[in-house]
Amino acid sequence: MTQLSELFIKTRAQNRAALIGYVPAGFPTKAECIATIKAMVAGGVDAIEVGYPYSDPVMDGPIIQAAAELSLSNGTSAQDVFDTLEAAVSFGVPAVVMTYWNPIERFGVAKFAAEIAKRGGSGVITPDLTVEESATWKSACEQSDINRIYVVAPSTTEVRLPQVVSQCSGFVYAASLMGVTGTRTSVSGNAKSLVERIRTQTDTPVSVGLGVSTKEQASEVAKYADGVIVGSAFIKQLQESSSIQEGLAKVEALAKELSEGVRR
Amino acid sequence: MIENFLGHFGPYGGRFVPEALINALEELTLAHESAKSDPKFQRELSELHRTYTGRPSIITEVKRFAEHAGGARIFLKREDLNHTGSHKINNVLGQALLTKRMGKKRIIAETGAGQHGVASATAAALMGLECVVYMGEEDTKRQSLNVARMKLLGAEVVPVTQGSKTLKDAINEAMRDWVTNVETTHYLLGTVAGPHPFPTMVRDFHRVIGVEARAQMLEEVGRLPDAVLACVGGGSNAIGIFHPFIDDKEVRLIGLEAGGSGVASGKHAATISGGTPGVLHGTRTYVLQDENGQTVESHSISAGLDYPGVGPEHAYLNDIGRAEYRAITDDEAMSAFKLLCETEGIIPAIETAHALAGAIDIGKELGSDAILLINLSGRGDKDVQTAADYFGIPL
Repeated sequence: MTQLSELFIKTRAQNRAALIGYVPAGFPTKAECIATIKAMVAGGVDAIEVGYPYSDPVMDGPIIQAAAELSLSNGTSAQDVFDTLEAAVSFGVPAVVMTYWNPIERFGVAKFAAEIAKRGGSGVITPDLTVEESATWKSACEQSDINRIYVVAPSTTEVRLPQVVSQCSGFVYAASLMGVTGTRTSVSGNAKSLVERIRTQTDTPVSVGLGVSTKEQASEVAKYADGVIVGSAFIKQLQESSSIQEGLAKVEALAKELSEGVRR
Repeated sequence: MIENFLGHFGPYGGRFVPEALINALEELTLAHESAKSDPKFQRELSELHRTYTGRPSIITEVKRFAEHAGGARIFLKREDLNHTGSHKINNVLGQALLTKRMGKKRIIAETGAGQHGVASATAAALMGLECVVYMGEEDTKRQSLNVARMKLLGAEVVPVTQGSKTLKDAINEAMRDWVTNVETTHYLLGTVAGPHPFPTMVRDFHRVIGVEARAQMLEEVGRLPDAVLACVGGGSNAIGIFHPFIDDKEVRLIGLEAGGSGVASGKHAATISGGTPGVLHGTRTYVLQDENGQTVESHSISAGLDYPGVGPEHAYLNDIGRAEYRAITDDEAMSAFKLLCETEGIIPAIETAHALAGAIDIGKELGSDAILLINLSGRGDKDVQTAADYFGIPL
């Protein structure tokens, strides 16, 4: 069992949701990204998603796009992503990598899964990998004993939902809305009904992402989901700060607020 | 048929997209399949081609040009004479009819040079659809005339300021719009790339080029050509003319990619000649990428070929040896461009000039008994500024 799966057993026992924080590796720099993760964990984030910055992020809104672009201009490599994952794990929380598919294929599918396991990671979230294209990835993840996490959307049909959900381990990533990543003023009503639909198919924990940025939203989602995923809101703290110290303080403060939110 | 039901061409093709788009891709696949076997739809489309596009397009033998190509007989399939000036209209009218069939009222499109954007805006005007075209900010500056054309046709043009601000980023932004508005919107993709069903569907709408040309060659010279040539960016005009010849094993199929300053220089858009297998914009194909899987920017004098991916069917035809792909440099293309202008009175698109340059080489290789068919995919009016700059003609 991965650390990620153990986390959800714990949070379910505590009758609360887990708070999952996302940040792309190498943003604003490799070291400052690791410091950001440390601040997130200090503020109460339960698990970390390390983003693999990618040149063509079709699922991401302006905030994460800008962060990925900055990271890539720093020359962030696959090794930097793995180093950052390892650092996150060293702070005592489960960590996964979130990446578009091409970097995995370029690195080598089996090799990528093995490296995740070697660095102590729990799994990988693949937002543009469809289950139809997953045969080699499935066996690679089974070989390395890491979680495969797919994203399902409000538009996922009744026929398709069980096909995708049955492939997920660790958690199911439920996209709260039809759209790209970013902060929104409210969490779409679609999220709750999607989680309910997933629940009829599986006991695997369900985490909700896309558009969650405030304590109130986190609290609302925590009523029905096992995990609350926040990315753009953390990144925004860094982008809007005049120094890294100020940014890290704001990240920790936001993490603290959100972690109060997920305790129902 | 080469592809399977998941849109795979051997190891290429398929779907690598956010789950949010799967439902729309399924709906589109079904709409395309049912339209393909619906005589009413096919009649409507061919009637539009007859009365609006100007099909069938003619073939023209270019004897004076051929003197510079080893004396082979060379025929041009004149897609430049279509309404809006290129082959792009074939696909756009087909997809616009499908949009109506699916009950959607809004189309979005990406464009590089502006040809596909203009064609999309044209179809939207004709069929009363709302149209938004995403175009890299760099390209809106380079092709301001086409931006004005699209606006005159009633489309909204959105300059894309992310990434390299070119075609690849325009596709990214169109995909983001589609993920958000998929219920009301059809993404009218302009080439044979992207997730299934786009590579097969766009090919099916362009097959008319090859079907007509094959019959026209038989009628004109009494036999099939020795080689069929076309330029390849994403590869839509090439697959359109190649596909009906695939079973004619004696006919060589030759795609000419944009070699920019030369493949060895790294400044090129020759994806098959100089790329590696990977995934870009929803499909597995050859991609220009670095060791970390990041897309590398492409370079070409021709905006329409300036794309770091290529249609998955081309990747497959290359690997199985049914088609061959060569790179043509900017200079070779411009020299062929000038030659066609001066020997035949036809100003080709710079994209198409890559195929013409390839024909000069192939003609010399095959000798004077050979017959070549070239897809003249577009006219060069849009390229007058670029060509004038290149040849130092003051404007």
